[in-house]
Amino acid sequence: MDPLIILQAGVASGTVLLFATLGEIFAERSGVLNLGVEGMMLIGAMSAFSVTVATGNGWLGLLMAMLAAGALSLLHGLVSIHFQADQVVSGLALTFLGTGLSLVFGEGLSKAGTITLLPVYTVPLLSAIPLAGPVLFTNQSVMVYIGYLFLPLVWIYINRTRPGLHLRAVGENPAAADAMGLNVYRLRYAYVFVGGLLAGLAGGTISLAISPGWFSELTTSGQGWIAIGLVIFAQWDPWRAAFGSYAFGALRRLILDIQGPESLLGLRNPFYYNPYWGFFLEMLPYAFTIIVLVIGSREALRKRLGAPAALGVPYIRGERGL
Amino acid sequence: MATQATSPVKSPAFPFRLRFERRVEVPPPWLGPAVSVGAIVIALLLGAVVLRLVGGDPWAAYRHIARAAFGDIGVFSDTLVKATPLILTGLACSVAFRMKLWNIGAEGQFFAGALAASAVVLAPYVPAGAPGWIAIPAAAVAALIPPTAPGWIIIPAMLVAGMLGGALWGFIPGWLKAKLRVNEIITTLMMNYIVIALVNFFVFGVWSEGGFQMSRTFQKAAWLPRLADFATQVKAFRGLTTHLGLVFGVIAAVIVWYILYRSRWGYEIRLIGDNPRAADYAGINITRNTVLVLMTSGALAGLAGMSEIAGVVHRLQTSISPGYGFSGIIIAWLAKLNPLVVVPVSILFGGLILAGREIQPSGVPRLIQGIILFMLIASEVLMHYRVRLVRAGAEE
Amino acid sequence: MTTSSPLAVEMRGIVKRFPGVLANDHVDFELRAGEIHALLGENGAGKSTLMSVLAGLYKPEAGTILVRGQPVSFNSPRDATARGLGMIHQHFTLIPSQTVTENILLGLDEPRFFMRLKAYDQRMAEMSQRFGLQITPHVKVWQLSVGEQQRVEILKMLYRGVDVLIMDEPTAVLAPQEIGELFKTLRAMVAQGKSIIFISHKLNEVMAIADRVTVLRLGKVTAAGLKTSETSIPELARLMVGRTVLFDLDKKPQEPGVVVLQLEGVCADNDKGLPALRGVSLTVRAGEIVGVAGVAGNGQTELAEVITGLRRCTAGRILVNGEDVTNRPASVTIHKGVAHVPEDRTHVGSAPTLSITDNVIMKSYRQPPLARGWALDGKAARQKAETLKVEYTIAAPTVDTPARMLSGGNLQRMILARELSSRPQLLIAMQPTRGLDVGAIEGVQRLLLTQREQGAAILLSSEELDEIFTLSDRVIVMYSGEIAGEVHGHDAETVGLMMTGAKRM
Repeated sequence: MDPLIILQAGVASGTVLLFATLGEIFAERSGVLNLGVEGMMLIGAMSAFSVTVATGNGWLGLLMAMLAAGALSLLHGLVSIHFQADQVVSGLALTFLGTGLSLVFGEGLSKAGTITLLPVYTVPLLSAIPLAGPVLFTNQSVMVYIGYLFLPLVWIYINRTRPGLHLRAVGENPAAADAMGLNVYRLRYAYVFVGGLLAGLAGGTISLAISPGWFSELTTSGQGWIAIGLVIFAQWDPWRAAFGSYAFGALRRLILDIQGPESLLGLRNPFYYNPYWGFFLEMLPYAFTIIVLVIGSREALRKRLGAPAALGVPYIRGERGL
Repeated sequence: MATQATSPVKSPAFPFRLRFERRVEVPPPWLGPAVSVGAIVIALLLGAVVLRLVGGDPWAAYRHIARAAFGDIGVFSDTLVKATPLILTGLACSVAFRMKLWNIGAEGQFFAGALAASAVVLAPYVPAGAPGWIAIPAAAVAALIPPTAPGWIIIPAMLVAGMLGGALWGFIPGWLKAKLRVNEIITTLMMNYIVIALVNFFVFGVWSEGGFQMSRTFQKAAWLPRLADFATQVKAFRGLTTHLGLVFGVIAAVIVWYILYRSRWGYEIRLIGDNPRAADYAGINITRNTVLVLMTSGALAGLAGMSEIAGVVHRLQTSISPGYGFSGIIIAWLAKLNPLVVVPVSILFGGLILAGREIQPSGVPRLIQGIILFMLIASEVLMHYRVRLVRAGAEE
Repeated sequence: MTTSSPLAVEMRGIVKRFPGVLANDHVDFELRAGEIHALLGENGAGKSTLMSVLAGLYKPEAGTILVRGQPVSFNSPRDATARGLGMIHQHFTLIPSQTVTENILLGLDEPRFFMRLKAYDQRMAEMSQRFGLQITPHVKVWQLSVGEQQRVEILKMLYRGVDVLIMDEPTAVLAPQEIGELFKTLRAMVAQGKSIIFISHKLNEVMAIADRVTVLRLGKVTAAGLKTSETSIPELARLMVGRTVLFDLDKKPQEPGVVVLQLEGVCADNDKGLPALRGVSLTVRAGEIVGVAGVAGNGQTELAEVITGLRRCTAGRILVNGEDVTNRPASVTIHKGVAHVPEDRTHVGSAPTLSITDNVIMKSYRQPPLARGWALDGKAARQKAETLKVEYTIAAPTVDTPARMLSGGNLQRMILARELSSRPQLLIAMQPTRGLDVGAIEGVQRLLLTQREQGAAILLSSEELDEIFTLSDRVIVMYSGEIAGEVHGHDAETVGLMMTGAKRM
């Protein structure tokens, strides 16, 4: 029960949530709700693993994962943006589709996999920093470092660039954006696709780096849904998303480790002596997601800001008011 | 409202363009069912393509499904058994979706109902060293409903327990949504994972029989009567596993239909689902209805769980559902949220799930269900828009 | 063909069709450089459509457009802007959560990638000085007043170098004082070489600001390029509707009866948490129409909502027929005979995919004969719907038709049918004739007067001062959440002053 180990593992598994959450933030900021993250992550995980096992190239696997999930997300885009179907149901359909496809195509994939298929690095100088070093820069998969780089880039893109301005406009007031010459449909497609790419990346990160292998639905075990909840908690801001993702990652590790030692803080460790109580620990990430959602919703209510104003509402060109 | 602009859809680099024109009149009545059937057909075709891609033989697979599900009375009876929980979860989802409450938690509510119903029967068998919060209620229940109690006491008790368990599992996300505006999609889904862990705890940690992942088998009094039980009176019923749960399902469908279309509450539900602001304006209490509807939805799914426990499995175990709760979502959508249509659609899906067990790869039934839902939504555009193929450059 | 022509814009033979309606029927339009040209017509005449074609939003089925003598073809508003044409819509195209500068920059190709806002803030400030339009660049748009937001819209266009500015009903959301400011700005812009097209249905404004006017009626031009100095309001009115606009509604003078509605010091907040009503007190008696005048956004909406139970009061009392209904739920006020025709027909007043029958029973389904225990009597509901459909001439195939298929006028008739058929004691009518054509407007106004004769107490809120004066027995003016004063008779000037807060009683 070493706190540093827990945090270190937390950062690692939190990276998965980070990618998925950031991807969904892009999609939702443009006004499209994509609930298919779980399905896209599964397809990503399956594709990454199978391609890597077949070709021996982890990067190729990641690329295929991103493309596969991205392609799926375009289906959701087509149905929600062009056909203006209900985005909730379309997202659900996408989840079923992604799950089904990954189960079918992933059938027979070697389930074992203890070797990580992507390189692991320790950054020379930075890993010597007390506390932060061992947690953030020691023995972490390359994906984790990619995550660190992503974070500020995403924030800058959304808030300090012209395309980011357009992204925000399209999600807040698509009619105004349209009138100002922005192609609302095209932009929304683009960001839904980005969301898909990142979800695929998240899935690939699981099956290649964090928990290598393919374990059917257990590969993701609901992390896609947790990511969607985290978007609300993050109030659509990348930094808060990172905080939530890493915290959840740490929680998952904590749940595992807490069942190990005989005594906890000097007291009898109930989880050691009653192994079945571990099931209650299993509930924690999901219960926490609910709590995190409650916090996020209350904040949104209080600040009267929150979701992009046009989130979930299909944009229909040419409709006049009244 | 009758004048809408055309929105020319610019498809990239196509020689033709699709022109979507908003419908000005009500679409013809045959369009809805035609679209649904078309969606299923296309889904089956696409499923066939996928099966081919992974090296299977789609037509053999489909023929097998047809035979294995509807081939003779025996298998049809098995199909009905699979359809029973589907009817109830389909109803659960229909009711909630009517009010635009996205209950993705039917699976969890199913488990909650199964757990509660099992608890009624297994209460006397809580092991000695169990902690107080389990032992004391268990003792109370065991006193009220001893193992020797006859069927006409146990079954209704299980029924009530199942519905209450599901209702509780629906209440929590419902209350959170009503009072705190928390997104019910995620909360209901999280509750799924939570209850499954809870069931695992009770199966492994409390009622496990010899360390296996199941409890002891229930006494006969706790079994829902089956057609096969009457084989001595009616020879034809021999071996038929269809059980009383089917009757619950059909009765529930009729009741739900009645509520939705003939009662004041149903009107309120439909109005809220269509336009919550108008419902507010009409003086309807949305908060209260949110909680009530999710509880009702949960109760229906919980009833499905009870029916599966008492009618098929006859014990508490960790795997009771191949995704009944999720299939319910698709069934509800396919039935266009009409409670009566849910019944035949559930039978169809029941056949698919039953026969699909024997198909490799195992994800195929799930995949087909996903494609069906997808095609359904994609095709709904036809209800609101007319599609015309226009030569690019001719107009606009 | 000379390259420069005194005509800034020429539109010839424009035809624009939508499903079910011919919006522009071979319309010709000319704009001279440096003039303010009004495009006049009632709702649905095709003015906005014509200008949307000019601004590049729609492509016409037929016709040509020339800008400064050159034929052009626009595929998008950006093409139009590139040619110097820009349109400011009735509903602003602003992103509330972003700053003024960000909004002005929206949709442009510069800056290339990274935005250095400070530099642009500077630029915007300079430009606003140059044109005399006061704004602060770094402020977020939701914090601005409506008049200021309009200025941002104008600046947006000027920044893009437009010479021809098309303004769609710009005074709809302004108070009389702000309208004066706007006119000053327009004249200043003309002095700097811009040309302006001014879409309106308000005759007096057109006469005040425009040099020339073109009148559209039902998609056709009835008068092209008339000099305003050579015409009159009655003539324009005739060209607009083909008959005298002022209908003879035959309003009988009558003595008001008992007090039906009483508000005492009512305070309430709006959706943003800011005070919307500050101590409003008023009474409405049976058989009288009290008109509420005021620029949109001064508390009228919130007033209707607190009375009907859709919004909490933070202080004060509301009494209907002497009973305290303060903060009681909407179902209570409905039960007490309070009818409410809401501002927003589609998003509040009706359920789009439900049938006319389902819509019509929205207020009455809780009582017999429609309610039988917890059941709903479908036959009785249908019968009621059929009766009302005939009585109020709701044009629709059957009572099973979904409400979203109804046109604006028919939707309003359906809502009125629902609200009035219960013989309400108190009717709260919010913008009941907004967006309707003349025939429908007359019908609605007659209905209101009939209710008045039958002894209903009516609180009427409208943006059209003419309507308020025509129908009301008394007029109260709302400004900034308070009642600025009360007026008997047609004192438009006093009302106008009160609407801008310049005068209080």
